[in-house]
Amino acid sequence: MPLTCQSQKRILTARLSGEIDHHAARQLMQDLDLAIESRTPKALVLDLGGVTFMDSSGIAVLLRSWRRMQETGGTMEVVSVPPQPGKVLRAANLHKIIPISFLEPVG
Amino acid sequence: MKPINQVKMEFDSKSANEAFARSAAACFAAQMDPTLEELGDIKTAVSEAVTNVIVHAYPHSIGRVQVKLRLFPDNTLEVSVKDWGTGIADLEKAREPLYTTGGAERSGMGFTIMESFMDSMKVRTAVGKGTTVTMRKKVSLRAGGR
Repeated sequence: MPLTCQSQKRILTARLSGEIDHHAARQLMQDLDLAIESRTPKALVLDLGGVTFMDSSGIAVLLRSWRRMQETGGTMEVVSVPPQPGKVLRAANLHKIIPISFLEPVG
Repeated sequence: MKPINQVKMEFDSKSANEAFARSAAACFAAQMDPTLEELGDIKTAVSEAVTNVIVHAYPHSIGRVQVKLRLFPDNTLEVSVKDWGTGIADLEKAREPLYTTGGAERSGMGFTIMESFMDSMKVRTAVGKGTTVTMRKKVSLRAGGR
């Protein structure tokens, strides 16, 4: 579960790629925690454009980062969510808590 | 109805096998010519069921997980995921959205997702004996046939 981070003017953009399942989630949570702690962003943008699969483990990952940002008075949004992860997030109604922009299914 | 094809696989309850189980299920389901969305639904449901076994059925040990895939003539796929672990003490609660005994690392959405991504889900469980989750999904026959 590769994670790349880039920050500019205290906006941290974290790009997630590969498969987010229970196996990958623990390391991903740690990596995101570390990125938030070390860079103290005022806004976190999670880019899911490269995610090829996600199950409910991903919901816990997003909620954890969202709580971290809330604690420090920052904001978080999730962008470029492909159809399969999007369906999982919609089933959990996560878009009613966190701003999420979904990619449209192709074809 | 008799299945027209079936596989049975058994593996250790190690988290590295979550990807194996859902990929194997997707490979088996591919013969039904599912859409990308249907395939995603099947992979997600299998991933949730197998993760439940790893996290909840065998919380402090490595046990056996059995996944059976059966394909029926009406293009229905049946997935059953069986363990010989702890069993579920309060099944009604376990099936509620957001309920989890797995702590902050889990979302409590596993059963809700299995139910909404598949056509049906049945859970048989006995404390101290284990759990079997059986899910079915009918894959649409596409225009043009095969």
